[in-house]
Amino acid sequence: MSQIEKLIMQPDPAALESAVSVRHISKNYGPVEALRDLSLEFPRGQLTSLLGPSGCGKTTLLKIIAGLLEPTSGEIEVNGRKVTGPGPDRAFVFQDFALMPWANVIRNVGFGLEMRGVPTSEREAIAERYIRQVGLAGFEKSYPHELSGGMRQRVGLARALAVDAEVLLMDEPFSAVDEQTRRKFQEDLLGLVQNENKTFIFVTHSIEEAVYVSDQIAILLPRPSRVHEIIRPSSFRNKGVDNIRRDPEYLDIVDQIWASLRSYVE
Amino acid sequence: MIVYGYRLPGMSSLLLWGLLWEIVGRAGLTFFVPPLSEVVVTLFQVLGTAAFQKALFETAYAFVAGVAAAILIGIPVGILMGKSRLLDELLLPWVNVFLSAPLTALVPVLMVLFGFGMKAIIVTTTLFAIWIIILNARAGVRQINKSLVEMARSFGASPLNAFFKIYFWAALPEILGGVRIGIIRAVKGVIIGQLLISIVGFGALFELYSANFLMAHFWAVLIVLFALAFTISEFLAYLERRVSYYAAKR
Repeated sequence: MSQIEKLIMQPDPAALESAVSVRHISKNYGPVEALRDLSLEFPRGQLTSLLGPSGCGKTTLLKIIAGLLEPTSGEIEVNGRKVTGPGPDRAFVFQDFALMPWANVIRNVGFGLEMRGVPTSEREAIAERYIRQVGLAGFEKSYPHELSGGMRQRVGLARALAVDAEVLLMDEPFSAVDEQTRRKFQEDLLGLVQNENKTFIFVTHSIEEAVYVSDQIAILLPRPSRVHEIIRPSSFRNKGVDNIRRDPEYLDIVDQIWASLRSYVE
Repeated sequence: MIVYGYRLPGMSSLLLWGLLWEIVGRAGLTFFVPPLSEVVVTLFQVLGTAAFQKALFETAYAFVAGVAAAILIGIPVGILMGKSRLLDELLLPWVNVFLSAPLTALVPVLMVLFGFGMKAIIVTTTLFAIWIIILNARAGVRQINKSLVEMARSFGASPLNAFFKIYFWAALPEILGGVRIGIIRAVKGVIIGQLLISIVGFGALFELYSANFLMAHFWAVLIVLFALAFTISEFLAYLERRVSYYAAKR
């Protein structure tokens, strides 16, 4: 790949507009320092992974951005507005799916809209559209316990997409599904990032997954948590989903990340 | 059960026990047990009498009012206790004390407080039923998946919405279990109330029949009462089974 092409594909990070800004966030649980003075920018329309060993506070950071946890100090801005709690500009995808087991797929997907007071018929029409988009057409009336783990997470994803939030927060969304389903999810996620004009914040503990799906990877190191490094893969993003895992840059980045993380893994 | 290739319907064994009753009754061993056939005949006679219908109405009224109060107060209190640490600390000791207390001993106190009429009977019924309903609703809320609560918050559910659309439904299997046991206890409560506080309703009938050695009448009313209690309990068990599909998966 020539120098020029590389420049085109790797825009200057400073020139990218931030959808979410994390500024000097600290979070203490009693005497335990979970996050210390953490700052991070999330470019609009891109997928940023938070990657790190367990206990590095990546889920804590995500829940602070979601407004589910309050930071001890520091502030979050989403589209220039300060975060004070959960808001319609962000939607969350949960690790354990968090579906209502007593409600069928269409009600689960429409839950966010229901909370916003969207009338039933309109809500169901929107929900049906997103159910189709995540590939669950025909399962509208099924209940979560009748679905496989992968299908349940598709319901969780459809629910988050249905509220049309600008920022999608995903907390290890694929960790509770099997390996093959996860690969399919990762491919679908790349399509989603390209087609939907949304900002994705993606928590994972899988190095390969982070490198595969991300435009930007923030490596967090624990105790207390801070941003160790930001990596922006450049060359393999547009080569097609089948070629990413053989790309030399992909392999280099995976090795590089493992080198910085290995000493933190007991 | 399957006997000689025939599938017997549920509770077929009752036939056997009924037969035994008939034999004991006909043998004339004790005046206390008249033959079942006589009891059944008496039952249909009794059903038509004004005294029985009045008793049924009085008992049903006290029972329904007492249970309704226990459910309407018990479920919200239980859910709030499950959600609020403070409320839980304040109320839990009392709930546990009253759950295991011999409530019959309290009835005289209730008579002083609420008089000798229907009010005291309804309060007795409520007191028999409410504690287990509270405890079960509380237990149901405490086992809610934390991420379901976070889900509701992150999608903008108001506290009221979270209460009715998440907490109530997530706790429903436990709540129904509590209501079922509470109602069984309420049957005890309403009869004890009617025997001790003022002799009305079924309590009055029991008193009347046993005092006059009308054993067939006594058993007939008892059978009606058992059948009613059993039917209500089975109906709630059916509702419980309807929601059990998600009880294990919250």
